[in-house]
Parts: sequence; structure tokens; C-alpha cells
Amino acid sequence: MVGIVIVSHSEKAAEGIMEVATEMGGDARIEAVGGTEDGRIGTSPEPISRAIADAADGNGVVVLVDLGSAVMNAEIAIEEAELEEEVVLADAPVMEGALNAVVAAGAPNATVESVRMAAEDAQRVKKFG
Amino acid sequence: MDEATQAEAVREAVRACTERIEEERSYLTDLDSAIGDADHGANMTRGFSAAADRVEGLESDDPAELVKAVGMALLSEVGGASGPLYGGSIVAASGELEDGITAETSVAFAEAYLEKLKERGKASIGDKTMVDALVPAVHTYKKSIEVDGLAPVEALGKAVDAAERGVAFTVPIRASRGRASYLGWRSVGHQDPGATSTLLLLETLLSVASERLDGEVEVDAEAEGKPAESDTEAVEVED
Repeated sequence: MVGIVIVSHSEKAAEGIMEVATEMGGDARIEAVGGTEDGRIGTSPEPISRAIADAADGNGVVVLVDLGSAVMNAEIAIEEAELEEEVVLADAPVMEGALNAVVAAGAPNATVESVRMAAEDAQRVKKFG
Repeated sequence: MDEATQAEAVREAVRACTERIEEERSYLTDLDSAIGDADHGANMTRGFSAAADRVEGLESDDPAELVKAVGMALLSEVGGASGPLYGGSIVAASGELEDGITAETSVAFAEAYLEKLKERGKASIGDKTMVDALVPAVHTYKKSIEVDGLAPVEALGKAVDAAERGVAFTVPIRASRGRASYLGWRSVGHQDPGATSTLLLLETLLSVASERLDGEVEVDAEAEGKPAESDTEAVEVED
């Protein structure tokens, strides 16, 4: 199954988004990572690398991020990932993107690319109208 | 200049930068409170303190390895965007110092640092970021050495002046990258914290370079006939 990693500046936000997204697919391979290793608001590359490794089962990983350092540290973690499988960053709003990604990852023929595209479709989500 | 002397210069530069960042912690926090998330002072203090510890504890006299260790510490410990920006750029550029620190390799380091910074932050001149301080500094440093034939410490002095003007330029413009961009027009009139910390570090490196050069002019003249100490510090410019 394609793995999903949610990265936020806040550990609570990352875990909350994971909770909401998991409702859409109970068997998703999903990891949440947020905050710095000493509990501040922010991100750092090593915990993101570990989350990617945990989410990976040979079918690739899609990473969703909130902003700023999360984007850059996820890029660094992906560049340095020593995995055979594909790891990609999705350019998507993190909450809506995570929901879409979980649903897409549950499809029988899901690929890293199909999950990333589904996550990025969330750029077009309208809340009303 | 031998490897041990270069390594000592790098260690001294890192200590001085760490002290300067600690002294200016609340100034950086105030700047970041106005247009950001108020963590730049704390994040930079934490990052440099870790960098200083790591460099002190590293049993190596390889300047490239020491500079890389500074970058790795900033990457792991800063927590904000300055981590990947400062840390990632230092790590990427440190390879330019594999054959030691000279005027030539310091220019290569500066250019590699700038290239990585722009690539990682996806920022250009005028976005109200550290790029606005760094582009004038790096261009001036390169030109002063390669075109004007200045000694590295003099070139670094000119680079600091250029960075200062770059920092002033961030005040009247609107942010289009980084956290300040969320404020839109309200970012106008405020000085960018990242450009400011870039300037503080350059000023510190200039001061370390000038002091070391003053104290060791005779040694340099005897040994190599060029101001080698200043080369070392000039490389550290991009910290």
C-alpha cells in the first residue's frame, strides 16, 4: 500500500489531521510528524525521515506538508531517503490533501503518482458554492 | 596556512557567531514578532549553540568537515525555516572546501551557498528574505577578489557593506516569500529578520577575520606571502 506522511509545525495538528484522514480509510499506512524533537513548534528533517521509513512498505510514500520549514525539511528528508521505492512531496493543502490521499491509497490499483495527484486535487476544493 | 590553523579559525568563527546570535537574540525575536512567528532569535540561538558544541567536540582539523558539521547542527536543531536555509546551504557548499580554504575556494563556497539558498527557499531578490542581503554580499565578495584583486578580508569588508544595504532594502518592500508574506502589505516598513541575521553573521566573521589577520600578519608573510587567515573567515561568511 502507498504510504502517507503528514508533516506539520505542530505535533497536535499532524496527529489531528491523521485522525480525521484515517476515518476515510482504516487500513491506511499513515504517519504523523510535527514539532521539533524538543517539543517546540517547527520541523526538523530527522523525524520526517523516520516517518517516511515507517510508512514505506515497498509501494512508495506520498508526503503532505503544511508550510515553510515543513516543505524544506521534507524535501531534504526525501532527498536523503535511502529507500528503493519512490517518495514524493504533494503540493496540497495538508488536511484536505491527506483525506484525498487516504481515499486514493485505498484504491486497488493505487500508485504513488495516483495518490499524489489525488492529494493535489485538493488545491481545487471549495468549501461552498 | 596549514590545516590546523584553518580549523582553529573555523572554530573561532563559530564561537564568535554563537556569541553574537545570543547577544542579538531579543533583537531578532522583536523583528520576527513584527512580521513572522517570533521564533527567529530562539531558533538561531539554539542552532548555533548546538553547532558550537558539535564543532568543539569534533576531533578533526579538516575545515570542510567542521563547516559541514555546523550546517548539520543547524539543520537538526533550528526547527524553523532557518534550519534548512542556513544549515542546508552550508552543508551543500562545504564540499567546496575539500582542498582547504583559499581566496578561490571561499568564492566557490559563497556561490554554492547562494545557489542552494535560492533553490531551497525558492526566493529571488526583492522577496524580502535573506536572499536580499546575501546576493549583494556574495556578488561584491566575488567581484572584489576576482576583478579588483583585493585581499579576502578587504573583500569581506565590502561584502558586509553590501549586505547592510541589502538589509535596508528589505524594509520598504512587501514580502512575497516566507512567513511575512502572509501579512501582505502590512509587511511593508519592517526589516526582514533572516536578512538581518545574515548581516550579523557576516559582521561577526569580518571582525574575527580582521583580528586574526592583525595578530598573524608576520606569520602569513613568512609562510605564504598572502593573507591566508582572512581566507578562512571569508569562507565562513556564508554561515
